[in-house]
Amino acid sequence: MHALAGQDGASAGHVVDVGEVMQAIAEHKGCGTTGGSGKASCGSAAGQGDLPTEIWEKVKNHPCYSEEAHHHYARMHVAVAPACNIQCNYCNRKYDCANESRPGVVSEKLTPEQAAKKVLAVASTIPQMTVLGIAGPGDPLANPEKTFRTFDLIAKTAPDIKLCLSTNGLTLPDHVDTIAGFNVDHVTITINMVDPEIGAKIYPWVFWKHKRYTGVEGAKLLTDRQLLGLEMLTERGILCKVNSVMIPGINDKHLVEVNRAVKSRGAFLHNIMPLISAPEHGTVFGLTGQRGPTAQELKALQDSCEGEMNMMRHCRQCRADAVGLLGEDRSAEFTTDKIMAMEVKYDLDTRKAYQEKVEEERVAKVAAKQEELSTLAGAVSDIKLLVAVATRGSGLINEHFGHAKEFQVYELSTAGAKFVGHRRVDLYCQGGYGEEDSLETIIRAINDCHAVFVAKIGGCPKADLKAAGIDPVEDYAHEFIEKSAIAWFKAYLDRVNSGEIEHVARGDAEIRQGALTSAA
Amino acid sequence: MALKIIASQCTGCSACEPECPNVAISEKNGTFVIDPKKCTECIGHFDSPQCTAVCPVDDTCVIDTAYPRYQPRI
Repeated sequence: MHALAGQDGASAGHVVDVGEVMQAIAEHKGCGTTGGSGKASCGSAAGQGDLPTEIWEKVKNHPCYSEEAHHHYARMHVAVAPACNIQCNYCNRKYDCANESRPGVVSEKLTPEQAAKKVLAVASTIPQMTVLGIAGPGDPLANPEKTFRTFDLIAKTAPDIKLCLSTNGLTLPDHVDTIAGFNVDHVTITINMVDPEIGAKIYPWVFWKHKRYTGVEGAKLLTDRQLLGLEMLTERGILCKVNSVMIPGINDKHLVEVNRAVKSRGAFLHNIMPLISAPEHGTVFGLTGQRGPTAQELKALQDSCEGEMNMMRHCRQCRADAVGLLGEDRSAEFTTDKIMAMEVKYDLDTRKAYQEKVEEERVAKVAAKQEELSTLAGAVSDIKLLVAVATRGSGLINEHFGHAKEFQVYELSTAGAKFVGHRRVDLYCQGGYGEEDSLETIIRAINDCHAVFVAKIGGCPKADLKAAGIDPVEDYAHEFIEKSAIAWFKAYLDRVNSGEIEHVARGDAEIRQGALTSAA
Repeated sequence: MALKIIASQCTGCSACEPECPNVAISEKNGTFVIDPKKCTECIGHFDSPQCTAVCPVDDTCVIDTAYPRYQPRI
C-alpha cells in the first residue's frame, strides 16, 4: 500500500521530553527555518540547534526528516515490496504511469539483489544520496523477506547509507525487533485516523492473520496495531515520522486528534499531506469525486498542529522508486537495464569528501541567514506573507522561472523566513485532455504569494505575474534563499511603513492533482 | 475445483503467492497464476480462500467453473 510510499513517511522521536525534542527538531528543521525565535542557534553544525546530538546525528543528512537537509541531500526508494495487506480508498494498485509521481506508483519491481545493485549505482553517481527507503509500492512489512534481505545486502556493501522504511503499521509490532536489528533509525507510519468510525471511510478492509476484516472492525484492528507499533519503536529510540493524508470532510478535523495521539506516543515528526484523488487515477476517492484540500486548508491544519509537534512541510509525496533530491526525480536514469549495464565502483572516500563540501555550504547558508535576520531585529509588524522561490537545491535562488518544476514557499514575518511548503507546477498529463497554459497553472499554484524569487524571468511572464499581483524578483539571483527573502521582506516593510505601498492579503492557491509528467 | 486469477485484472503485486497454503500460485509473465491441480480453495485450511481475501482487486481471484468443486478427503 502505498501508505508506505507516498502517502507515508515517518520518523520517530524518543519518548523522553518529546515535546521539547519535537520543538527543537521543528526548529532545527531548519535550523534556520524558524529563525528569529532564538531557539535554533544553528551553530557550526549548521542546524543542530537544541536537538540532542544523538538525534541530530540521525536526522541531519536525512532529507525527509530535516527540511534543512532536503535542500542538500538526496534519497532513493527501491520498489522491492509490491504486496500489501490493507486497502486504502486513495490507492489504486493497478495504476502505473512512468511519468507520474505519487505514492504507490512504480515502473518496475526489483528483486533484493537488483535493488542492492541499484543502490550502489545511484550512490556512486549521486554522492549526496544518503538515504535508502523502502516504501512499497505495497507495504514493506507485508513483504518482510524481500525488505529485510534488501537491507541486509545494502548494510554490507554500502554501510554509510541510512536505511528507512514506510509502513501502514498493520504488522509493525511483529517486526520491530528485526527493524532495530538492522539499525534502521527512521520508520514512517501512515496513520490517517485513531477513530475506527472514521477509519471505515478510508479503509475498506485489512488482511490479518489469514482473514479479511472490513469496516469498523478492520479499522479498529489497524489503529490498535499502528499505535502499538509506534510505541514499540519509540521505546527503542527509533525515530518515527507519522504520515497522514488530509481528506476534507472525512479526517481533516480529526487529524488534530491524530496529532495528539502520535505525539503522546513519541512520534518525532508529523507529515500531513494533501489527498491526491484525480478521477483518472481510478482510486475510490478519485471516482467518488472526493476532493483534496486547498493550499490554505492544508497550511491551516499544519499550523494548528505545529505548536504540538514538528510538522513536515517539504514532503513531495514521491514514488516508491524515486531517486534524487526531494523535488526532482531521476529514477529514469536508473532503470534495471541501465544499472545492470553500469560498472559500479563504490567509493566511500569520494562520497565523504563530497558531503563535507555540502556541509560547508550549509554552514555558509545558515550564517548568511542569521546575519540578515539581525537586521530585522527591532522591526515591529504584524504582517505575515508568503513568497515563492525557484530553486534547484543547495538553498539558493538558482532556477529560471520558466524551468521551474516546483516553487518552494516561505512565510515571511519579523520572526524570519520559514519554509511552509512547495507547489508543483509541472505540465500535467490530464489523461490525454491536453495541457493547460503553463503560466496560468503557475499563477494558480502560487496565487497566495506576494512575490516569486527567480534566477531569471522573461518579459512576458513578468508582466503577467505583476498583473496577477505577484511581484517577480530577480535581484537575488544565485543568492541564499532565506537571507534574500528576509532582505526583501525588510524592504517591503519599509515601503509599507513609508506609505509607498499598501499591504493587501492574497487569496488561496491550488494544489495540483494531476499526474506529473516530465516537462521535457 | 479450483480458483483462477483473471490475468487482465492482476496487478502482479504478489500478495497472494505466500498466502496460498498449497503453494499453488506462481508468477507468469508479470502476473500470477494458480495451478488448478494444487488448489483446494483453502478448504480444510482457512475459512475463505486466501488469494481472494488478500487480493487488492475485487473479483480477480475467482472460482474456475471449468473444474469440479474440490472434494476434501474425509
